[in-house]
Amino acid sequence: MSSVTNISRRGFLDGIFSAGAFVLAAQVLPKNAWGQTQEYAGKAAAAAFHPSIYLGIEPDGTVYIVTHRSEMGTGIRTTLPMVAADELEADWKRVRVEQGIGDKNYGDQNTDGSKSIRGFFTAFREAGASARVMLTSAAAAQWNVPATECKAQLHQIIHTPSGRKYGYGELVAAAAKLPVPKPETLQFKPKSEWRYIGEHAPNAQQIVDLADICTGKAIYGMDVKRDGMLYASIEHPPVMGGKVRSLDDKAALQVKGVHQTMTIDTFKPPYAFQPLGGVAVIADSTWSAFQGRKQLKIEWEDGPNAAYDSEQYKQQLLDTAKKPGKVVRNAGDVDAAFASGAKVIEASYYVPLLAHATMEPPVAVAEYRDGKVTAWAPTQNPQAVQDTVAKAMNLKPEDVICHVTLLGGGFGRKSKPDYVAEAALISKQTGKPVKVVWSREDDIRFDYYHAVSGMYHKAAIGANGMPTAWLQRSVFPSISAMNDASSMYGFDVEYGMGLNDLPFDIPNHRAENGAAQTHIRIGWFRSVANIYHVFSALSFADELAHAAGRDPLEYQLAMLGPGKVLDLKSQGVANYWNYGEPYEKYPFDTKRLRRVLEIAAEKSGWGKRKPGNGWGIGVAAARSFTSYVASVVEVEVDANGRIRIPQVHQVVDAGLIVNPERARAQFEGAAVMGASLALSGEVSVADGRVRQSNFHDFPVARINQAPRQTDVHIVESDELPGGVGEPGVPPIAPAFANAIFAATGKRIRELPFSKQKLV
Amino acid sequence: MIKLTINNRPHNFDGDPAMPLLWYLRDDLGLTGTKFGCGAGLCGACTVIRDGEAVRSCSITMKDLAGKRVTTIEGLSPNGTHPLQKAWMQANVPQCGYCQAGQIMQAAALLRKKPRPTDQDIDSAMEGNICRCGTYQRIRAAIKTAAKEVA
Repeated sequence: MSSVTNISRRGFLDGIFSAGAFVLAAQVLPKNAWGQTQEYAGKAAAAAFHPSIYLGIEPDGTVYIVTHRSEMGTGIRTTLPMVAADELEADWKRVRVEQGIGDKNYGDQNTDGSKSIRGFFTAFREAGASARVMLTSAAAAQWNVPATECKAQLHQIIHTPSGRKYGYGELVAAAAKLPVPKPETLQFKPKSEWRYIGEHAPNAQQIVDLADICTGKAIYGMDVKRDGMLYASIEHPPVMGGKVRSLDDKAALQVKGVHQTMTIDTFKPPYAFQPLGGVAVIADSTWSAFQGRKQLKIEWEDGPNAAYDSEQYKQQLLDTAKKPGKVVRNAGDVDAAFASGAKVIEASYYVPLLAHATMEPPVAVAEYRDGKVTAWAPTQNPQAVQDTVAKAMNLKPEDVICHVTLLGGGFGRKSKPDYVAEAALISKQTGKPVKVVWSREDDIRFDYYHAVSGMYHKAAIGANGMPTAWLQRSVFPSISAMNDASSMYGFDVEYGMGLNDLPFDIPNHRAENGAAQTHIRIGWFRSVANIYHVFSALSFADELAHAAGRDPLEYQLAMLGPGKVLDLKSQGVANYWNYGEPYEKYPFDTKRLRRVLEIAAEKSGWGKRKPGNGWGIGVAAARSFTSYVASVVEVEVDANGRIRIPQVHQVVDAGLIVNPERARAQFEGAAVMGASLALSGEVSVADGRVRQSNFHDFPVARINQAPRQTDVHIVESDELPGGVGEPGVPPIAPAFANAIFAATGKRIRELPFSKQKLV
Repeated sequence: MIKLTINNRPHNFDGDPAMPLLWYLRDDLGLTGTKFGCGAGLCGACTVIRDGEAVRSCSITMKDLAGKRVTTIEGLSPNGTHPLQKAWMQANVPQCGYCQAGQIMQAAALLRKKPRPTDQDIDSAMEGNICRCGTYQRIRAAIKTAAKEVA
């Protein structure tokens, strides 16, 4: 729900709109999707006026739409404005998109959780429709005719009986004086008249940054330059929580171009979004800063995390997963079923730490002056920039201005603004604008990693080969440790991603979470806990299918049972997270999951070719971020164990899809990222130090390793919009592993596959 | 003093001869279309063309550029009209876009040598250019579209 306000004469947004512009603001109730955003959401809710959208029309007819979400490759900077432009009947050629700064008045700005369309579709629609109604009323008043005789069409209001026309610009002054229509009176355009949005849009548009990207003109955080700017490169403590014991910077200071060094304090736990600490080398160019840094001589006091070894930790997770843990879902009596003498199958699974490795490493420019900071950052979370910088420098959040640049990839890493606080601290120290540039090595070694996890599954098999009991345990260092250093367990967000909402129709079902300590920064990574939960659960389902001698796809459908809305409460799930959405609005409906599986069977030609002899096909389906996805992966494994992926099918029911072209791109990319983490993604740690450092030892999929062809099949739907950025990732790894089993008979229960011998 | 040509304009460089070309382009000349991705020649985000060959500007030092001609994304065509740029836009290749200048420059060098590249040619030429968003199948399609226009 949103409400639209006329702010034409309230002097907001200086610099975007002129004094004569007609400007509407739409307010959205703040989302409360992630634990850590509660603080921001609370502040936004408390603000007297917190519009999420600004839409304005200048007297020359130019429409400005301010987008407050960050562009990291999903196309959201174009897609949300398209929603408003469509309802406004605006001519897209006359629409300009402006990027909003960080401001709590916008409500939630953290571009994560695949929630931009879910959270803001209605508000952008209402903003556009309100402006259209007001322009129509203004024209009708000038002609002295009923508004019902007038219609909006491509930047004009037309009086239908007489054919008279006004351009939008001509109506701005009059429309700005009108009251805003009540939301309940708004009539939206019928779907058949959609111009820019939806599957059949006749005037679908490309992303606004396309030409700039293809000509090198697009400005990312890495490209920001300020007059007199210095460049800094930071040697972080190699072990999380470590401190500088002694520093010898004499040689560093002798490097040409190096101005000074600066010790940055190590964070006080919990680590949250705080800088890691370390020593910055500040110079007049990036290269000089890098060169100077190589000459630093630092002795570190590593602290307790120096004992962290990822091999030992892996064993701990897997051992813990074999023991009873905290129960997060419980239906029937699994123990009785296991004791009944039925056939029992069990297996352990493992997924290592993963790095985001955005193509643009963390980077930020900050300028401190007179108690205020201006930052330019590729950030998913500009309000967290304000809060984090303010906290680090003893300022008020409103004293921090955060300009949001394009992001060279985000994937969750750039929701955490530690690197922006570093730039601000160094700017204050030097009195100059400062750009902090992380090297790729910094990025791989000092990420907020996707959690490592150990899983254990056990099932009792009934007479027909179907499971009568399902026990699923998951052990992982929780993201909640970010804000609570003592945290040993996951929280509802992590449980709600494939641990307590597995949709299989099994009478006895228990899910548990075992305890794990955190020794390294953990954070969300595209699709988050779904990666390991869906990998283990859908691999295990495939194991059960093969044990029963049944077709894996048909077996997955049988495990889902008849289509229905899941009643998780009756299964002992007290607080199902549901991706931050009310369950009545976004129920978990297994009919939709069945449907994407059935379409996947048809589109992939499932069952037509017999697997074996180095060719295999695998399937997995999951709901995440309120969208339903089935992935089919075909593999070829040659005599040397080399794996190729000739074909992937992604079948998607994400409800109403506003920008199907960009949605397809997201699901193509998700297939590559899913394949990449399955094939070769692994971060390992010895003596508390990350072993990997760059793309030679943290390989990501290249053109010759990525799926050769990914076909995305969109289920046309009028259901409420679901997420599209993340849901394409989770089913890929299990479908891939299942395909390898079909091809080779080798069951892979640990990622990455590159560590397994296939022949 | 090192004399070189960048995007058809002469330049004289008198800084640290060990500095990679990448930082001269980005920090000194403000040609920020060429991106920093790994600093080790592993990702291709910094790809430019030197005397017709695609090279990683993060790993080529200024002292190796005396008398050389360098083309960056900014100099590939006057108005973004190179067949590859047109094909990239037509296929909606970019997602975040950060790697795409490097991808386009790498593909431009490929098409100079092989105007009608096979899938194998594309794999060999492009495997050094990482796209973390996973736009590879569109990159492949766009190269083929551009090749048709060139041929």
